[in-house]
Amino acid sequence: MIGVELVKLVRSRRTWVTIALIDALPTLVAVLLALTDLGPRPGTGPAFLSTVLTDGTLFPLAALGIVLPLFLPIAVAITAGEAIAGEGQQGTLRYLLVRPVGRTRLLVAKLVAVMAFVVLTILVVAATAYVLGVLLLGNESVSATGAASVSGSSMSSSELVGRTLLALGYAIVCMLGVAAVALFLSTVAESPLAAALGTVALLVASTLLLTIDAAGPLQPYLPTRYWLAFVDLFRDPILWRDVVRGVLLQAAYVVVFLGAGWANFMTKDITD
Amino acid sequence: MTSPRAAVIRTEGLTKRFGSITAVDGIDLDVREGDVYGFLGANGSGKTTTVRMLLSLVLATSGRIELLGEEMPAAAGRVLRRVGALVEGPAAYPHLSGRSNLATFDAMAADGDRATRRGRVADALERVGLASVDGRPVRAYSLGMRQRLGLAGALLRRPTLLVLDEPTNGLDPQGIQEVRELLLDLNRSGTTIFLSSHLLAEVEQLCTRVGVLDRGRLVLQAELEELRRPTGRVEVHTPDVDAVRRLLDGVVEEHDAERLLVRDPDPAALNARLVQAGIRVTRIGAERRTLEQVVLAASSQSADRFGGRP
Repeated sequence: MIGVELVKLVRSRRTWVTIALIDALPTLVAVLLALTDLGPRPGTGPAFLSTVLTDGTLFPLAALGIVLPLFLPIAVAITAGEAIAGEGQQGTLRYLLVRPVGRTRLLVAKLVAVMAFVVLTILVVAATAYVLGVLLLGNESVSATGAASVSGSSMSSSELVGRTLLALGYAIVCMLGVAAVALFLSTVAESPLAAALGTVALLVASTLLLTIDAAGPLQPYLPTRYWLAFVDLFRDPILWRDVVRGVLLQAAYVVVFLGAGWANFMTKDITD
Repeated sequence: MTSPRAAVIRTEGLTKRFGSITAVDGIDLDVREGDVYGFLGANGSGKTTTVRMLLSLVLATSGRIELLGEEMPAAAGRVLRRVGALVEGPAAYPHLSGRSNLATFDAMAADGDRATRRGRVADALERVGLASVDGRPVRAYSLGMRQRLGLAGALLRRPTLLVLDEPTNGLDPQGIQEVRELLLDLNRSGTTIFLSSHLLAEVEQLCTRVGVLDRGRLVLQAELEELRRPTGRVEVHTPDVDAVRRLLDGVVEEHDAERLLVRDPDPAALNARLVQAGIRVTRIGAERRTLEQVVLAASSQSADRFGGRP
């Protein structure tokens, strides 16, 4: 069952088009940086982008910083928003349920497939970025000089790899929250587009509220609040506070919205 | 009429309300093993909602459903494995071929046996006349091919009960004929068929038992034979209408220019009497009500009609 969902995902042309589109932006940035050699000044622009001209192996992190605020969540919202509403609109939902496929099982399989999509996308982005970084950007050997952490001290190459993997894992956790919201909306909305746009609207609202001081009391609970905290993993020592809060916050979103989605789906009249 | 056959579908006071609208209002269905049950009703009379409740897609507001002897929707996971269904038109993944679609649906189910899958898919396609269909995606299928594929999906698990909502939709006359043969064939080999339709002719040709739904209420449920048994009147066609009226004064109930309805249980004896009296008869026979007459008598006006004179 989960296997079938994964096969559907991997065999769908849309999956790969989406991933290619997401991947295009950091690729474009890498090419531009390589051609012009004009990096943003340290402390400005997306995270890590100022350092990649000296050390190309950091480009996966820069790429993560580029896709995480907008591209990746939109793709996740579309994929997860499609999960139930898409099957419903296509008419296949009723045939799955009478087959019978248990409603809980279907929801779990959809969640797993969405997460597989997130992992796949992040891995593809990171891998492309690594190759591009090494080929096009700064090639000061990491093992010789040690990569500079955000705090200015240096990191060994194995430490760098470890922290990069942590950062990728953190990004996946952040997207879990998005997936849970979109999956919930997918059980509510008739159309997959409505579910996806609803999720995106929530994220835009969250991003907006984060810039308004008057929204201060709300800010710790906004879904996008700690997304970029993965940068803290590259401080020396690692600044865990925001990362931990981010994980807990996403866990709360997952529990609440998956719970609501499950409860709604279990009692829903399938009339489409 | 008492029947020893086991109940396949039984509902008691099955009701569904959507907000303030009562779509299905306390119906008691009774479908027995081996029946071809025609579930009739105008558009909007609640047929589809009932079918969806039987299949646990829509949850009943009140009432009980028993399918194949088990309580629904509690036993849905077990019971639905033995049920094949076509609900409100077929549906498939448009980018996959028909064959892959059937395999995908089968693989999604908990007990879709992998070892026999290929054979069952081929068998189901064969039965609905898609045996040599190529690998083109369902997107490129005609309406009739989709309908056949939907039927194949319903047959995939060799069900003991088939629940079909408008199964001949979109088929050409030959296709309709083929599907009818297929359903009769399945029925002969022991499959109970619950056929929901608004096509009276289709039901009349296929079904052994009918239920008529009118605005959410089951207004009629009986054996087709019983509904269509002679009415006790004889229909006489003759050019000598006046002569007949003189001869049979008092028992002629209705007449027009060349046709009379005579209260008389025996057409043969009546015919002999007319001929003896020198009356020319072009056609004579016991009057039987058509299913259409039965249904129209039992139901109110069309459900998708609002206002105006009927």
